[in-house]
Amino acid sequence: MYIDPHIHMVSRTTDDYQRMALAGCVAITEPAFWAGYDRSSAQGFVDYFRLLTDTEPRRAAQFGIRHHTWLCINPKESEDLGLAREVLAEIPKFLDRPNVLGIGEIGLNKNSRNELIVLEEHIALAKSRGLLILVHTPHLEDKLKGTRLIMDAIMAQGIDPGRVLIDHVEEHTVRLVLDRGFWAGMTLYPDTKCTPQRAADIFEMHGTDRLWINSAADWGVSDPLAVPKCREEMRRRGHLEAVIQRVSFDNPKKFLSQSGRFEVSCSCPTPR
Amino acid sequence: MATPMRVSEIIDQYFLEHRAKTLDLAAFLDRHDRAAKAEGLASAEASKDVRVRALLRALDLLRDGHPERARRILELWSDHSTAPIPAAPMKGAIGAVELP
Repeated sequence: MYIDPHIHMVSRTTDDYQRMALAGCVAITEPAFWAGYDRSSAQGFVDYFRLLTDTEPRRAAQFGIRHHTWLCINPKESEDLGLAREVLAEIPKFLDRPNVLGIGEIGLNKNSRNELIVLEEHIALAKSRGLLILVHTPHLEDKLKGTRLIMDAIMAQGIDPGRVLIDHVEEHTVRLVLDRGFWAGMTLYPDTKCTPQRAADIFEMHGTDRLWINSAADWGVSDPLAVPKCREEMRRRGHLEAVIQRVSFDNPKKFLSQSGRFEVSCSCPTPR
Repeated sequence: MATPMRVSEIIDQYFLEHRAKTLDLAAFLDRHDRAAKAEGLASAEASKDVRVRALLRALDLLRDGHPERARRILELWSDHSTAPIPAAPMKGAIGAVELP
C-alpha cells in the first residue's frame, strides 16, 4: 500500500489509474501545474480547477484511489502579472471543495521577479487561510538558486516550515531544505530529477525524517509507477519493510493529514 | 541510515547498468565528434557549448576521490547567483551554466 503525493493525472490515461491501483496505490495528490501550453484566460484555469476538484476525484474513485488536489497558477505562467492576479482571485472560490489540501504547486521556474511576486501572493493567500503549501522548485541549473529564494520568501511571511513541502529536491538541495525545517519531496523521473536508485541513496545519506517520494508523472517523460519501483529498489537493497512503508505511506500521510482533509479510504462514487 | 548492502553486492548489483551508462557517454562524445568533424567544428574537448563543457568538467569530479560526487556535480552545473532575474527568457532549462 502506498501514496503518490504528487502526480498529474489530468495528463494520464485511465489505464494508469488501473495499473497504479494494482501496484497498491490508495491515495494521490494532484497539484495544479503547467499544462504544456499557456492558457489564454483566467477562465481556462477555472475549468482546470473544476476538473481537479470534481472530475478527477470521480475518475480515481473508480479504482479505489482517493484523489486530492492543490490549487494555484504555476510559475511557468506567472510572468503575466495581470493574468496571474485574475487567477489568484478565482482560487478562493474552490478552496472549500472537500479534496483541496492547500496551495500548490507554487514556486519559481526561471527565478524571475514576476515569478517571485506571484509566489509571494500565493504564500500570503495560504497564510490567510491557514493552508498547507506544496512547492515546485526550478529545473536543472536553476534549482539551487530557486530553492534558496523560495525558502526565503516563505520564511519572510512567518509560515511554519513544517506545513510546507519543498518538492523536486536532489542531492544539492535536500540538506538545505531539511535543515530549515521544511518537508522535502524527491521526484522520480527517468532522465531529470531523481532516479529510484538515487532517491534510495538520499534516504541512506539523509535519513527518512520529513522526506517522501513521488512520481510527478505528467505529459512528459515520466512514470506513474515510479513510487512502487523505488519501493522495490529499497527492498532489493535489503531495507526493512517498515522503512519502505515510512517513506512511501507514513510520511506523506503525516504531512498531508495536517490539512484536516486527507483521506486514504475511498467511497468510490458512481462515475458520471 | 546506512546502505544495507556490502561493497561486493553493490558492484554485483549495479556494475552492468553503469558499464552501459559509461558506454552511452562515450558513444555520445564519439557521435558529437563525428558530426563536428563533418561540419568543421571543434571536438567535444574544445567545444564552446556550455552543456558539453559542463559534462566534461563533471568527469573530473568523478575521479577526484572525494565523497558526494552527485551533489558536487549538481552544484557545478548550478546557477550560483542570488538575485531574481528581470524576466524569464524561456520556460525550460538547459542543464548547466557557463563554467568559470
